[in-house]
Amino acid sequence: MELKEKFISSFLAVDDYLNEGSLVHDIRSEAIKNFEATGFPTKKSEAWKYTSLKALLRDDLSIFPKQEATVEFRDVRKYFLHDLDTYKIVFVDGQYSAFLSTTTHEGMDVCLLSSALTKDKYKAVIENYFNQVAPQHGLNALNTAFAKEGAYIYIPKHKEVDKPIEILYFYTGAESALMLQPRNLIVVEENAQVQIIERHQSLSEHAVLTNAVTEIFVNQRAQVDYYKIQNDQAQASLIDSTYVKQERDSVCSVHTFSFGGQLTRNNLNFYQHGEHAMSIMKGITLIEGKQHVDHNTLVHHIAPNCESHQDYKGVYDDRSTGVFNGKIFVEKEAQKLNAFQQNNNILISDKATINSKPQLEIFADDVKCSHGCTIGQLDEDALFYMRARGINEKEARGLLMYAFANNVLESVKIPELKKRINRIIALKMGVKIGFDL
Amino acid sequence: MGKFTEDDLKKDLETKEYEYGFYTDIESETFPIGLDESIVRAISKKKEEPEWMTQWRLEAFKIWQSMTEPEWANVHYQKPDFQNISYYSAPSKKPKYDSIDQVDPELLDTFRRLGISLDEQKKLAGVAVDIVIDSVSVATTFKDTLAKKGIIFCPISEAIREYPDLVKQYLGSVVPQKDNYYAALNSAVFSDGSFCYIPKGVRCPMELSTYFRINQAGTGQFERTLVIADQDSYVSYLEGCTAPSRDENQLHAAVVELIALDGAEIKYSTVQNWFPGDKNGKGGVYNFVTKRGLCETRAKISWTQVETGSAVTWKYPSCILKGDDSIGEFYSIAVTNNYQQADTGTKMIHIGKNTRSTIISKGISAGHSQNSYRGLVKIHARAQNARNFSQCDSLLMGNLCGAHTFPYIEVENKTAKIEHEATTSKIGEDQIFYCNQRGIETEKAIALIVNGFSKEVLNKLPMEFAVEAQKLLEISLEGSVG
Repeated sequence: MELKEKFISSFLAVDDYLNEGSLVHDIRSEAIKNFEATGFPTKKSEAWKYTSLKALLRDDLSIFPKQEATVEFRDVRKYFLHDLDTYKIVFVDGQYSAFLSTTTHEGMDVCLLSSALTKDKYKAVIENYFNQVAPQHGLNALNTAFAKEGAYIYIPKHKEVDKPIEILYFYTGAESALMLQPRNLIVVEENAQVQIIERHQSLSEHAVLTNAVTEIFVNQRAQVDYYKIQNDQAQASLIDSTYVKQERDSVCSVHTFSFGGQLTRNNLNFYQHGEHAMSIMKGITLIEGKQHVDHNTLVHHIAPNCESHQDYKGVYDDRSTGVFNGKIFVEKEAQKLNAFQQNNNILISDKATINSKPQLEIFADDVKCSHGCTIGQLDEDALFYMRARGINEKEARGLLMYAFANNVLESVKIPELKKRINRIIALKMGVKIGFDL
Repeated sequence: MGKFTEDDLKKDLETKEYEYGFYTDIESETFPIGLDESIVRAISKKKEEPEWMTQWRLEAFKIWQSMTEPEWANVHYQKPDFQNISYYSAPSKKPKYDSIDQVDPELLDTFRRLGISLDEQKKLAGVAVDIVIDSVSVATTFKDTLAKKGIIFCPISEAIREYPDLVKQYLGSVVPQKDNYYAALNSAVFSDGSFCYIPKGVRCPMELSTYFRINQAGTGQFERTLVIADQDSYVSYLEGCTAPSRDENQLHAAVVELIALDGAEIKYSTVQNWFPGDKNGKGGVYNFVTKRGLCETRAKISWTQVETGSAVTWKYPSCILKGDDSIGEFYSIAVTNNYQQADTGTKMIHIGKNTRSTIISKGISAGHSQNSYRGLVKIHARAQNARNFSQCDSLLMGNLCGAHTFPYIEVENKTAKIEHEATTSKIGEDQIFYCNQRGIETEKAIALIVNGFSKEVLNKLPMEFAVEAQKLLEISLEGSVG
């Protein structure tokens, strides 16, 4: 039986078991129908031209683990930002781990999607926001149909969250061939502020495929600062789809750090519905081996006077492949717009490949849109300069690459996180970067 | 045996007709509409082609039948009905008009503003011309000069007969029959086109142009051009003309193949101004063209195009940089107004070492038009030290039009250096104000700014073309603002 059919037929049982009330039930039924109609994306589709899921979608994938797994705090300690006090929502193999988490309901909700979907208290929010911005086809529909767990974050008006929120997904690998469907819903009300860090981490060498969907609603004047850390095991694959809906005067930035994993696909989509909204998307990709990272971004400018900035840096070694597929779509109402997109890449090895496709689709005339894309090498003169001053070649290359990625790193607003990423980059390049940030 | 009745005879005749299939009268000037094998054969016969050519066409036709029309381009149009087109029509010998007074005054006005001489105006509009027209004698002189240098420049149908070896070797070598839907169609039914061969080490002394082509008879809607520049030769080829072509043919599917052998250089310039349809987007020409050049070692191919016409344009002049140290260039201005749609760009395929390419594309959209740049820069794993620079700028006029950029960059070699940048902007009110203040009216100011915007590409055109192209831009954008 094909994987698609298998999933569709297992839906009935899952739906019965979840028993969530008519609203969610209807959404899920609709989603499975959409999935049946659209199926998995293939290379024939323009958005998936350079990324094939064929090798990952084996027929023995299952959606839910059969047994519960637990992990000890000391095993996962290193994945937390331990030198920083944070709220934590932790999942192990798709199940919530109360023991590792620090959640809250005081003045805001930092809790679980499963409880939000079932409790009456959250009904109004779910009705207004759940599944409202993620387009329902293919992998998103699959996630909607099966997602039973994830983070639910609700920040009420004027609330400035005192510390960052960490969302962590651990995979124990007790069971191989899992396709997990985490789902996050984040609603930030008027004038509120929040910082969120999301991480997917596999704890073993078993293959795992994660199909995550995150919906973020940024209401008027709200500010959201979102960080995605992707530094997974070589056998773990991640398809991470994020949809952000922005209202007027809001600011939302998403930083994506892709350092690991077998295949990583990021679908990052911004929809600007209100005037003066600002979207920032930045990313550093640093991969080697046979890794594959695909950044697929969209900024849909619907309202006038908005801004968007995209800055993606990539360094590719060995046989790794990188894809950047960025699109800026400007509706004819979205006048006086300033949209900027930048993608810079360095290939280190002869076998590495980069495919870049920065697109503009513009229907408004009074706009400033630009994109730039470069592929090149480290500056030989700069390298020589450093070597002449007694810095060995490896170190010099490391420094230059560090400098290359630095303007993305610079805009990270959590100092502890910045330090952490700095360390990962230094480790990846095999150099000691001697200055502390 | 029974009596042979009238009914039997009728029946007999019916079966007979079926037996022999569809019959095409090759003597007639225009073929019946529709396309099948017999039409392909008939075109070939009409052109007095040798058997291998007929077979080549039939092969293409078979491939075409198995293909479907592509839909990926960012254009929307009513698909042409391929069985509702006549695939061959001999150029009419009779002039359309007896005197220039009968020609549409609007057309004449455009001619006048483009600065086209009266004789040429007559010729272009299809007015009967006197024997003593300058260009005829000019053409003869040109022909002599070319022949002395050993340059072959003739209609492709003549080349198929006279120089079969060259044609056999190169026809379809850059754009094979199965390349794409329209290339296959063209390969099956092309009626005429130009053939050009520059021998080793020869520098063609003049711009070869279809203006002065010896056999000036109508080029037909399925044009096939083959330009071969042998080692270390140079040629500059001009195609099209700035004058508006009131062509009745709705579908144009041309194929252009350029072959630049070691050290050769080909400069190919196009000005396209087919009928774009009226102000409401009715009518107009579909221009689906496949243009590609192959560069051997140290060769250089440079494409320059000014696209102002056609209702729908679908065109990607490309360079295959096969040889080491070869160079590809692409300079383009695409202007769309009213309901025109253009999806145009280039492909630079870097295969050889130290290959370089430059892409400069300027898109100007006005009215309700849609203008897309679609390009591919591909660096193969073996293409060491490849270098590419791309720049795509779009200018929007009014908020009913659209400008789109779809660049594809695929790099498999670490020594490659690629730069791509694209910008979209509009004509600043302050710029217009500045001009107005100095007594330049708005329409003129826009022309000035557009010309400045397109300068980088206009500069690449041969001089006489550049002057006309500049005026053409002005005329194309008339009435698009204010």
